[in-house]
Amino acid sequence: MSQAGAGRSLKREDAAVMAEQVMAGEIRAVARVITWLEDQQPLGPAVIQQLLLPARRAMVIGITGYPGTGKSTVIDHLITAYRRLGHRVGVLAIDITSPVTGGALLGDRIRMQHHADDPNVYIRSMATRGQQGGLARATRGALQVLEAAAYDVILIETVGVGQNEIDIMQMAHTVVALVAPGLGDDIQAMKAGLLEVADIVVVNKADREGADAAIRDLREWCPHVIRTVAVKGDGIAELIAAIAEHERLKDLAQMPS
Amino acid sequence: MTVASAPLRVLIGKVGLDGHDRGVKLVVRALRDAGVEIIYTGLHQTPEQIVSTAIQEDVQAIGLSIHSGAHNSLFPRVLALLKEQGAGDVTLFGGGIIPDDDVPRLKAAGVQMLFRPATPMHDIVDFVKGLRTDR
Repeated sequence: MSQAGAGRSLKREDAAVMAEQVMAGEIRAVARVITWLEDQQPLGPAVIQQLLLPARRAMVIGITGYPGTGKSTVIDHLITAYRRLGHRVGVLAIDITSPVTGGALLGDRIRMQHHADDPNVYIRSMATRGQQGGLARATRGALQVLEAAAYDVILIETVGVGQNEIDIMQMAHTVVALVAPGLGDDIQAMKAGLLEVADIVVVNKADREGADAAIRDLREWCPHVIRTVAVKGDGIAELIAAIAEHERLKDLAQMPS
Repeated sequence: MTVASAPLRVLIGKVGLDGHDRGVKLVVRALRDAGVEIIYTGLHQTPEQIVSTAIQEDVQAIGLSIHSGAHNSLFPRVLALLKEQGAGDVTLFGGGIIPDDDVPRLKAAGVQMLFRPATPMHDIVDFVKGLRTDR
């Protein structure tokens, strides 16, 4: 990004100039506009209005699931796989804001840090800042910014509370829900919420005891259940294929007859 | 929400081959409790990873913990990369085992503040809370 656009002087830049820089893929501009959206500064929506979305729209994949099931680790491997396929990858990793102090520990990207120097991967940690439903207030705007900046695969990681994270349905084309063995019986699987919104269910940590039973239980309720051991990369290729198949069927369903 | 009440965003991490993270985790927790949004990168980061992360996350400040003795090369490298990538406005501070003799040189190079052993936690929190939030 040009020196003129750097630092605090960005604030005085015209929204149209900022929008140009976002569409040129300038990372500092992308990052600053997302900050404006998070901070609810009027410049944020002003830039969004000026953005032109690419003709070929991004594939938006939501990753949700209970805390500690391995969402960030799965995303780390998905980034690697989509980069090998030649995509530019954007990640929005949402973590919860403390309702008590307003602070947040955003630690999802620890698992993804070896992608930090890849210029074709943009990772942004976002705090919920009081928003319920598993996403941050500015998630939709941030998604538009990444799409305009020509990231053609966008992964959204929800906070991971589990049973009320349905906002992701409105934003992602494919929702992947993670569970791990030993987190409950088939009655948990029958409950409303997470598994209802999922297009694909992943049983991660599938080398642990109880994985087969979990998969058997889940297959009664969900058509697409995949087993992964994300720390070893096992099952990631199957997950990529399942996502692609879901996207294809969704595209077909939307085609005029 | 007014601009002034937007939370500070601060990157906290450890650079180089140094696994001593008890102190940095305490700092992360204290800052979270003080209402700061902390992007924690974990261990073994390169200066390049730190700087590209700071830019992607649009943080106001970077705090690095170094106990390996490599502070004289790692801090200046981070400063140089920030400048090179047009992010010279990001505040760099640090903490760890840093001998007296090295402190003036690092501060002259642009490290805003160095917190050494036995620093009261509220000194670190006060420093971070005093950073500018407008942008």
